[in-house]
Amino acid sequence: MLRVNDIQVFYGEMQILRGISLEVNQGEIVSLIGSNGAGKSTTILSISGLIHPRKGEIEFNGKKITDLSPFDIVEMGISHVPEGRQLFPSLTVLENLEMGALRGKAKRERHKTMEWIFQLFPILNERKRQFAGTLSGGEQQMVAIGRGLMSIPSLLLLDEPSLGLAPIFVSSMYDIIKKINTEGTTILLVEQNVFKSLSICNRGYVLENGAVTLKGIGEDLLQNKLIKKVYLGM
Amino acid sequence: MNLTLLIQALIGGFLVGGVYSLIAIGLSLIFGVMKIINFAHGEIMMIAMYITYWLFVLLKIDPIISIIIVAPLIFLLGYCMQRFLVNRIIDAPELIQILLMLGVAIVLTNLALFIWGPDHRMAATRFSLSAIMLGGITIDVSRLIAFGIAIIVSIGVFLFLAKTETGKMIRAAADNRLGAQIVGIKVNRVYAISFGVGSACVGIAGALILPLIPLDPYLGPSYTLTSFIIVILGGMGSLLGAFIGGIIIGVAESLGAVLLVSSLKELVSFSILIVILLFRPQGLFGTRNE
Repeated sequence: MLRVNDIQVFYGEMQILRGISLEVNQGEIVSLIGSNGAGKSTTILSISGLIHPRKGEIEFNGKKITDLSPFDIVEMGISHVPEGRQLFPSLTVLENLEMGALRGKAKRERHKTMEWIFQLFPILNERKRQFAGTLSGGEQQMVAIGRGLMSIPSLLLLDEPSLGLAPIFVSSMYDIIKKINTEGTTILLVEQNVFKSLSICNRGYVLENGAVTLKGIGEDLLQNKLIKKVYLGM
Repeated sequence: MNLTLLIQALIGGFLVGGVYSLIAIGLSLIFGVMKIINFAHGEIMMIAMYITYWLFVLLKIDPIISIIIVAPLIFLLGYCMQRFLVNRIIDAPELIQILLMLGVAIVLTNLALFIWGPDHRMAATRFSLSAIMLGGITIDVSRLIAFGIAIIVSIGVFLFLAKTETGKMIRAAADNRLGAQIVGIKVNRVYAISFGVGSACVGIAGALILPLIPLDPYLGPSYTLTSFIIVILGGMGSLLGAFIGGIIIGVAESLGAVLLVSSLKELVSFSILIVILLFRPQGLFGTRNE
């Protein structure tokens, strides 16, 4: 479904990604793990078209999307739930969700999608007339995921969805990610919470200094000695 | 002090204040969305006034009717200004932004000077000399009409932003540019529309006050400044603040002209500016943290 082929990304003269390749197949949850500054978010930003790699290619459903704008990439069915949520604080929850579905089928089916999102996150239904800026961190994260789902994506990019959440919310957030996946959305998950994200994913990639250093099935990676030592402290 | 005169000034100021509000809403919208202060705001109004003036003189179209022509033209001017000029400096340091906008102002002033010369022009419309008498108080019909239309247009702008899809996209892009890009809003287009709408507001205001003030190429800066004061008073980027602030400054200037000397009316608005900056720098309706 998604093929990232040896992309190199620079900020000015500084090279952030040194040839990253990865693949996401239909129906999977794929985890991208690594420490701060390893290039996880940069990879995600390249896929959603907010930055463009200097070298390498990104393909989605067989089409090259390397140089497309975020506008076109959303249209093709990739939705990005960014780190830090990037909501519209002075818009209501309802308006935030509406802004996730701006064109075509997604716009026509706004109501239907919204009902599904309110099933996933019932609290948002109660809060729908509130300004997004007044919500708690956990609720804002729900709005961010909901907004991402509004475009009816086939691939959802989740960047640090559990960051800044109270521990009690983290587990339920993972249950919901799992649920979104079983209902048909493929997910590429970026996380610092290595244990959690490796336990729900099908496959995982470990990034270090802008390169993939390990990849494999989630459970295998969890058993990997290096990962245990470096990321899980065992 | 004559009480009738005072009430007269109060009403006159209130009515003009409505037009000030519309000018300031345009400035505030542009600032709120792009964080750019349009220092060519008054000059855009001046250009709109010349268009209105010539439509009136050559084609006998009343300024109020000519809004239908002026508003889209000035929208287009603002749209293109954003697309081709402002867009290039949207991430530049503030000083660069100010220089560009001042440059645009100078170009527009000199363009007007070049084409139409430095003379004062006055459009004597149908309503120029008509007035309504209420007790001992005269209400200028031109001002009343200007006020009414300014209010209607302001409400229209509020509704546009609150209810329409494009309005929501404008507010979303103003709130969080990255977030807007991520959901697939064409941010550059939304910015250009905002600049167009902000310009159209001041353009309409120009058509409305044409019958009230003499027109010349140099009237821009004082209106840019007045609307800037209003926006600071109301709170940067707050449209409601710009609306209320416009009325306050209109009344204050008008009372100042009566109570002091008419050439000192700006003293009042600048005093208000200083007091606001000292005691409530975020403005009446602004928020403290950016």
